[in-house]
Amino acid sequence: MYPADYRYTKEHEWVKIDGDVATVGITHHAQDQLGDVVFVELPKTGSKVHAAQSFGTVESVKAVSDIYAPLSGDVAEINEELVDTPETLNDDPHGKGWLIKVKLSDKGEVDALMSAEEYAAYVSAETES
Amino acid sequence: MRYLPKSPQERQDMLAALGMERPEDLFAHLPADVRLGRALEIPTGKSEYEIIDYFKARAAESGEGYPSFLGAGAYRHFRPVVIDPLVTRGEFLTSYTPYQAEISQGVLTTIFEFQTMVAQLTGMEVANASMYDGSTATPEAAMMAIRLTGRDKVLAAGSLHPEYRQVLDTNFQHQAFPVETVGYDPKTGRLDLADLEAKLDDETAAFILQSPNFFGVIEDVKAIANLVHSVGAKLVVMFTEAVSLGALAPPKDADIVAGELQSFAHPPSYGGPYCGVLATKRDYIRQIPGRLAGQTVDADGNRAFCLTLSTREQHIRRAKATSNICTNQALVALMGAVFMSVYGKEGLRELAAQNVAKARYLAEALAAKGAKAVFTGPYFNELVVRPKVAPAKVNERALENRIIGGLDLARFFPELEGAMLVCATEMTTREQIDRFAEAFA
Amino acid sequence: MIKKVRQHQTQNEPLLFERSQPGKKAYQLPPLDVPEVDLAQALGAENVRDEIAGFPEVSEVEVIRHYTRLSTWNYAIDLGLYPLGSCTMKYNPRVNEHVARIDGIAWSHPYQPDELSQGVLRIQWDLETYLSEITGMDAVTLQPAAGAHGELTGILLIRAYLESQGDARKVVLIPDSAHGTNPATAAIAGYEVKEIKSNESGMIDLASLEAALDDSVAALMVTNPNTVGIFEQDIKKVADMLHAKGAQLYMDGANMNALVGWARPGDFGVDVMHLNLHKTFSTPHGGGGPGAGPVAVKKHLTPHLPVPRVVLHGDKYVLEHDRPGTIGRVRAFCGNFGVLVRALSYILAHGGDGLRNATVDAVLNANYIRKGIEDRYHLPYKAPSMHEAVFADTLQSKLGVKTGDLAKRLIDYGFHPYTVSFPLIVHGALMIEPTETESKGELDAFIDAMRAIADEVENDPELVKSALHSTRTKRVNETLAARNPIVRWEP
Repeated sequence: MYPADYRYTKEHEWVKIDGDVATVGITHHAQDQLGDVVFVELPKTGSKVHAAQSFGTVESVKAVSDIYAPLSGDVAEINEELVDTPETLNDDPHGKGWLIKVKLSDKGEVDALMSAEEYAAYVSAETES
Repeated sequence: MRYLPKSPQERQDMLAALGMERPEDLFAHLPADVRLGRALEIPTGKSEYEIIDYFKARAAESGEGYPSFLGAGAYRHFRPVVIDPLVTRGEFLTSYTPYQAEISQGVLTTIFEFQTMVAQLTGMEVANASMYDGSTATPEAAMMAIRLTGRDKVLAAGSLHPEYRQVLDTNFQHQAFPVETVGYDPKTGRLDLADLEAKLDDETAAFILQSPNFFGVIEDVKAIANLVHSVGAKLVVMFTEAVSLGALAPPKDADIVAGELQSFAHPPSYGGPYCGVLATKRDYIRQIPGRLAGQTVDADGNRAFCLTLSTREQHIRRAKATSNICTNQALVALMGAVFMSVYGKEGLRELAAQNVAKARYLAEALAAKGAKAVFTGPYFNELVVRPKVAPAKVNERALENRIIGGLDLARFFPELEGAMLVCATEMTTREQIDRFAEAFA
Repeated sequence: MIKKVRQHQTQNEPLLFERSQPGKKAYQLPPLDVPEVDLAQALGAENVRDEIAGFPEVSEVEVIRHYTRLSTWNYAIDLGLYPLGSCTMKYNPRVNEHVARIDGIAWSHPYQPDELSQGVLRIQWDLETYLSEITGMDAVTLQPAAGAHGELTGILLIRAYLESQGDARKVVLIPDSAHGTNPATAAIAGYEVKEIKSNESGMIDLASLEAALDDSVAALMVTNPNTVGIFEQDIKKVADMLHAKGAQLYMDGANMNALVGWARPGDFGVDVMHLNLHKTFSTPHGGGGPGAGPVAVKKHLTPHLPVPRVVLHGDKYVLEHDRPGTIGRVRAFCGNFGVLVRALSYILAHGGDGLRNATVDAVLNANYIRKGIEDRYHLPYKAPSMHEAVFADTLQSKLGVKTGDLAKRLIDYGFHPYTVSFPLIVHGALMIEPTETESKGELDAFIDAMRAIADEVENDPELVKSALHSTRTKRVNETLAARNPIVRWEP
């Protein structure tokens, strides 16, 4: 379910590291909780994001969720396709539904994130309670 | 009590089902020191007959039947008879906000049609389902411009309705900047463009204009829009007299058009309930405050409507919502929608033309008694005149003839002491105007 | 076992614009009794509009049929139980509509002289007097146009008062069970919002309050009874704790229908509150408004009340505009006056005793429903209910059926659903408020329907999940509407 080479946050974002660039998205569990995504608000390319701070929102018909940056850095690219086809977030959250690419300012922050295994355990514990 | 549908026995049976004996038992869990230990001091319940009597007596003490030359944001227009039978249908009158779309298609369809007609009327692309009134739509429009621009300075025309301005000031008292005023040309009554140009800068989020303005004068929206847009600010155009839009070019160059729809089918009713509107460009739709109805399909693929883009609103976004508005003015909006359906494309223009004609006759009749128009700018159905005697004197004389006169402008504009704002609509007769003119002698 | 409804005739009806034909008319103006004028000449040619593209052109019969047909697609209190929690959907007496339309009331102008407005001013005076008595507060302003507008007025009052004491402070505390308007309002008034947890009984957790309460706190906004329909047992203690820190207690009066005649916020420490006349005092919701949100205050806040105020000079009522210390004007003219008329009509019809009896029936009805279905639906908070009962879909969601599905199925049984998924502290909430308007028969039919649906969930969950089955309009695709917003008709 959760790609093994990704890292995860407690706020249900995932990160895929490629050199000093991180691709960020929300997890399958997050999109499932949210329901049909109707709108995605993303930062501008070139703006800064800070670890654990909100950088955008994802909306379903009846909910708005903040998306938190797993890592700090500059926004190198945003997924423009989500503007017209927000449903991609539901269909392929770990792939085509990526949100932004961040040029990292502190790669050390990665160590604080969960592995796929840890995240899967975290989600099942959260759903139980 | 005639509104309570239980027999004493049923009430007793229901209490028994809960293991209780007396009504008091339902409240036994309230802490003793918060329970009210006495009866409310409100007279015994009255019959329908007595209630109607009470209100008829109050109506008789409230200028019932007097012709009036007051406008200033609350206008007397004929209400087509079909309006009340339609809006008092229980399905409209006694339904809640249409959150359950499948059993609220009636209200949702009327809102969708209302939004369409308001957009057509104002020359904008989209409109919301309604605001409380024109005055509270003013800060909502200003806040919207602030969100759109990321700036926080707001300018407002000095000829904006003074009570709209007061509401704006109340709402802005805790914002970064107080609202600044742009003056009017004392000769034309139109906006002082030089003053606007001087006050606009790259921190300006919005300029709020009213047209026709509080003095009844029609503004040059296009020229003003050019100035406002040259610094990247948004132009908000307000209106208080919706009938004017039957004749006047809509403020297409504005970014937001907001105002008051009371003229469309709601009597002045001592100030409310009225119906605020807010219209704008399609691109700004996510910054609109309040409810929006949208078109979609149901599970069978048939056209259907529902409230949409609700994530802007307080019940979802809570502290980050575009506005705290929840309840709006749906039923008054429905009256407005029926009014627009009745008058339609031709009728609204004819109605507006009659208002223009009556106001011209009023202006001439008063001028003949020495009360000249104060401003030279074009006006719709109200204008400012300066009588030879004090406005208070004129109004006093009119009242002796059982006529309610105009608005003494000294109340809001000290510099216009001695001038008054008078209004004529299609309901004002020639005979009333001639009698009112006598008071100016 | 569908008892309340059977299929009935519904008719198709296009949009007005689709009915429109050039030259059709539903109006006729009288001939002008003054000289006609040329619009271009009078207004300036550049100021005259072209025709309003797309505006309807229909006949009078079509106007009547259009709106009448649309109306039949709508549920309403006049058709039956409308148990939306927190909304107080009670009967809207027709005499209220009648008196609001009496000429001298409907046609009075807000700027007509006070001496000619004695009746309309007296209406406001009488209503203020009664609302003060009902709430136990010292003064009332009728200016705010709706509940949320009343909240904003109330918070601005608190701000003005605290400023006069030297410090406006920074934080407004709000329980996690609150209506969304509360945090939205506090934010608009320039306050930072901090959430207070509810305890396991659904009431404000005093320890959380204690921990959050410091000199930066301006106020706590509390709904009482709260949104799970439970009276805050410690409300006096809460008030004392706030007052000891110089903070104010704001009460959202959305649930006042549970208290009228039995307990008064002014007696349990509330400093400022708003009422929803369109809930507690029977003015019609009209598909979403208009409402009115009068604000009641204790004496120390009265200098800050918005203008204008109705005051009595000798035996004459006067509108007072000049009040130093006021927060200013919150709305043009005199509030939603026509709504005030209707609320006063309601109070006059009941009298003190009648109001108290209405509250009995409102609370009785809620508890009767609770008793009737509590063995089939999970009741998260066991404390006694006031005017509403809040359940959760815990049992049903195990079988894949959620509160939203149950609500849609309830429509098949002829009822408007309860409030779905609110308050947020109850996962999968069913918030049921019947009001005093319902007869035992209507309540029994509702209880039967809820029990029948619980059976269906156990025996045939697909039936419930795939509801609606009986309505003219099937499930509406709200996702499509939000992804591709079409908010006006285009040719």
